[in-house]
This record gives sequence, C-alpha cells and structure tokens, in this order.
Amino acid sequence: MSEPTKKAPVAKPAGGRAGMKKELPEHFKSYKHVWVFVEMERGVVHPVSWELLGEGRKLADKLGVNLAGVVMGPPGEATRAAVAESYTYGADTVYLVEDPLLTDYRNEPFSKALTDVVNAYQPEVLLLGATTLGRDLAGSVATTLKTGLTADCTELAIDDERSLAATRPTFGGSLLCTIHTLNYRPQMATIRPRVMAMPDKDESRPVGALIEHPLNMAEDDIVTKILSFIADQDSDKAQLAYADVVVAGGLGLGKPENFKLVTDLATVLGAEYGGSRPLVQKGWIAAERQIGQTGKTIRPKLYIAAGISGAIQHRVGVEGADCIVAINSDPNAAIFEIAHIGIVGDALTILPALTEAFRKRLSVNRMAG
Amino acid sequence: MHIVVCIKQVPDSAQIRVHPVTNTIMRQGVPSVINPYDLYSLEEAMRLRDKLGGKVTVLSMGPPMAEDSLRKALGLGADDAVLLTDRFFAGSDTLATSYALASAIKKIGETDPVDIVFAGKQTIDGDTAQVGPGIAKRLNLQQLTYVAKVEGVDLEKREVVVHRRSEGGVQVLKTTLPCLITMLEGSNSIRFGTMPDMFRAARHKLRTWSAEAAGIEDISLCGLKGSPTVVKKVFAPSARKDKAVMIDVSGKSADEISAAAIDAIFKAQPKLEADMLELAAGTR
Repeated sequence: MSEPTKKAPVAKPAGGRAGMKKELPEHFKSYKHVWVFVEMERGVVHPVSWELLGEGRKLADKLGVNLAGVVMGPPGEATRAAVAESYTYGADTVYLVEDPLLTDYRNEPFSKALTDVVNAYQPEVLLLGATTLGRDLAGSVATTLKTGLTADCTELAIDDERSLAATRPTFGGSLLCTIHTLNYRPQMATIRPRVMAMPDKDESRPVGALIEHPLNMAEDDIVTKILSFIADQDSDKAQLAYADVVVAGGLGLGKPENFKLVTDLATVLGAEYGGSRPLVQKGWIAAERQIGQTGKTIRPKLYIAAGISGAIQHRVGVEGADCIVAINSDPNAAIFEIAHIGIVGDALTILPALTEAFRKRLSVNRMAG
Repeated sequence: MHIVVCIKQVPDSAQIRVHPVTNTIMRQGVPSVINPYDLYSLEEAMRLRDKLGGKVTVLSMGPPMAEDSLRKALGLGADDAVLLTDRFFAGSDTLATSYALASAIKKIGETDPVDIVFAGKQTIDGDTAQVGPGIAKRLNLQQLTYVAKVEGVDLEKREVVVHRRSEGGVQVLKTTLPCLITMLEGSNSIRFGTMPDMFRAARHKLRTWSAEAAGIEDISLCGLKGSPTVVKKVFAPSARKDKAVMIDVSGKSADEISAAAIDAIFKAQPKLEADMLELAAGTR
C-alpha cells in the first residue's frame, strides 16, 4: 500500500517518503546510546547477541556514545555470566533485570521489563536478534513505545544526521531498501543470526557499569503459564547457520533425487547442507535447511552453491561466506556476481567429480551418503 | 466461538521482476495471492470452528482489489469477511497497519465478541512478523507466536493450550481467551474449498469499511502519517568488486574442472585446507 507523495522530490515511487524529514521532537533529544538486547533462553545466551554487540560497538563509536547490553534472566550464575560476557564483547554498560519470572521466555514479563528499562534510561538505538524470541519481543515493545522497528536488517549504518540507516531486503528479496526512524526513539531493528560477524572476545576490556532495574511483577500478573518445555533432540537441529563448510543445491539440480549429489559432497567435507527457497517450496528439503533471507543466514569459510541462480533473497543469506564457489550452467546467472570462484557447467556432472576429487585430496575413505 | 483471521493479499513474490534500468518493481501481470503463511492460520481457525462451533471472519486491509483474497478465503470455508480500504491507509508501515487492523477487530467485536485472532507468522512481501504482535499489544490480547500446534481450546474455562516453537525447543503454553495466535508453516495444510462454499463466496455480501466505518478515531495514526519508519532508498545490490575467478571449462573433463576448482579454492583460502582436513576427519 505505498503511494508516491506529492511532496517527494524524486520520481521513484518507492522512495516517496524521502521528503518527510522533520526535526526530532524535543522530548526525544535526550535519548542517547546504543543498546543490544542480550537474549538468554534457559541459561544460554544466543550467539546473535554477541554478534550484535560487535556491530553495536561500531555504531556507538560512530555516534560517540556508549554501548550497553540489556540482560534479563533469573537470579543465578548464568545471568551473571551473561552480564560479565557482555563487557568482553564490547558493552560499556549493562542494564540488568533479574527476576525468577524471567526464567523462561514469556511475552508479558519480558516486554514489560524491556519497555520499562527503555523508558527509564532512553537509548537512541535498540537492536535485537531476529530469532523467534527477539521478533516476538520486538514487535510488542515497539508497539508499546509507538516507535519504528525495522526487521531482518542486513546492514546498519549511521548517516550524516546521526540517524540509523537500516538496510533490508524488500519485495520478497527482489530489492534492498534503507529505512530510517526519523522522528521517534529508540530506533529499533532486528538482525538475523550470522548476518553480522562474531566479534573477538576481549577479556581485558574493563568491567563497566551495571545498572539494575526491578521487574515489579508477580506470577499472578502473568496470564500465560508454561506447562512444559520439550527440548529439541540434537539430531533435529540443523547447525547450518554456524557451520564452517556448507554445500547447497537449487532448482538447477532438476529433480529431487539429484539432491543426493549435494549431501554426498557435504558428507565427504564434513559439511552441512541446505538449499534455495524454491526447493523448500517444492518440498525437496525441510524448511530449516533453507538458505537465504527467509531461511538461514550463513557465514561459512567455504560455501558451494550448485544449480542456484542467486536471487537477492538467497544472496543476502550467503554474502558473509569467506569463499563462495558457484556451479551453474548459465554463465549469466546472478550467483556469479557474488562468487569468488565460478564454474560454468552442469551441477549434475560437476558435483560427483568434485566429491571424488575432494575425497582424494582430503584422504577420507568413507562411503558417501 | 468467534475467530477473526487477518489475511493480506500479496504479489506472488517468486514472480516479482525488477526493471533493470529504473530499479522499480514491475507489478504488471504479477498475480496476487493470499499470503501463504496466512493460510496455516486460516485452516487452524476453521478446524477450531468445525470442532467447537462458531464462526470465522476474515479481515484484510488493502486496496479494493484485496476483495479477491477475501472471496478466496470465503470459498475455502470462512463465514464472513471485512475489507478495510481507504486512501488514508496508503503507505502504512507495521505500526500503522496494526493500529488500523486492531481498530477494525474492535469494531467487529462490538456486535460479535472475538475470542481468538489469528494472523500469519509473517508475510512473504514484507517478511517483518511485526503486525501480529502489534495487534495483540494494542488489543491487550495474550500473544502466542510461532505456534506449531493448538492442543486444545476450553470454551467453558476460556483457556487455550498451544505448542510454541522457541529457539531450542517447544514451549507448551496455557493462556486465556481472548488471544492472538500466529501459526508456524507446515502446521497444517489448507483444505480444498467445497462447491457450496465457492458459490456462497461469489454471492457473499462482504463488508467494505473505510477508516471511519472501522471506528478509527485518530486518522493521523494511519498510513504514511502514522508510520514512524521512512523508506529513504530502494536499490539493487551492487556486484562484488572483485570478479569471480572463473575455472576454465572449455574442452575439460569434470575431473579436470574439479581439480582446478579445488586448487583455486585453496589458493584463495590458504588456511582452509588444514581446517577442512580436520573437519572431514571428524565423525558426523
């Protein structure tokens, strides 16, 4: 539902809001510093939180402000460890809401806690991981705060007017757009795991300020109750996002039976495997194996893409790989624009040969598959 | 039981083309569909209705042509439909959209109280997953996102039990009605419409509401004006600066090509070979 506005100086229809710049209202001018929500579930911090502290550090330095982590969890060692680790990943300050009611994620206590801390200490930027928890929480908090929230950003920057420029794919991943929250604070964004690089942990960084804030809630105030938690079996968890080597296939494989060529190579390499969105839509592979904007974002050392054309929505999910090898029979396929090494050829003949060649090179004498 | 399902008409995004020179979306001839994620919520709503009685109202905000999607939903078995359409809604971001939809749901509930609101997990065009939580917050509904299974609804106790996907497992949650649920993909599959439903859908008088008819009090919270986010730039990504090293394939066998590719990989990433030897030796 977007229409060009009459005021818009540029003719591009989608850029029609560019003329909307007004000065930031007075009551938002005191909003300062960059915050990262440190997501902890069942005592474990999601690594996306450290990735965001790494990125948040850059934004804070550009703005000349502090970086803070926001930790919420039950009293105990795990929560205190999350606080301590936040400093080593770049936080100057940690805001802590510690309460037994924050043991498991539920929307009510977590959104109250985060909203309260934001209102009390007023950050200008608030980043969250685009996980099931982060998205559930961010949508609630932004609505209560009546501020802008940009989902699944692939790039963050600070523009000349000190405004957060949040870039994300749009139109189902056909184009990229840069979104600003000009007149409201905080400027909120979610970022998917692995989009930002994991920063180095620096144990020598000083332990910064710790600001504790009470939850002020009782169990009776919370309507939703947790009856039980069924943990995933390790075997169902595709470790795709954090794998060092990934092999993936696309429609160029022709038919579902040929996907075995991808898993054969993955087995020889000790790699994870995945596929492009059309393969999930056609039911060749499970949804959690999808690589791209609407699937998993990956940052492996080596990524081999076979028979994948390289639509933007796929591309933004793999750009962080150190080395991208593309195999495609179409020399004009978009995947070659982002590949480091390109092979113009039929994936069906190249993949088995590559599997054999890697097997010899890596001296692995195991049956593939 | 009265269930409202929010649906969105979206371009079938797999078929969106971008004009190579102007970088604008070429909408002509792109078919519109009901956002695929919404269908899991619609099906779950209809299953609950079939089991417990009551009715399902589908609600959509969009241009007048979004009526097609509502009729499609009626043909699949929804009982009633409301189209929210007004030029004031143009340019709405997720915050403004959730305000308009929440207002309409409140209005729908005035004559027929709403027990559950369903929304899609996210849309395939915006992919934000923000409108569902926005509606829940505005209407003070218990929020259940990423639901893999609705275990049961007890209308007498006004309780619902669901399985909600979290990062490391599944939470079994119990909450009270009214609530808002977004269903996970693959949690069910949408039924085929029956002939009687399709005939009914074609004749159904759906309600078309303007902002005023939907009871929206503050028009400045709608559309472009009510949207805190501003799209400053739309662009196609640029190619990587360094061109890919293309492996010579002319007249070469697949084995020769593979050997050359592996040499190129390890030349570009000298440390990788040692890492990969370790990885390949690991037991999986």
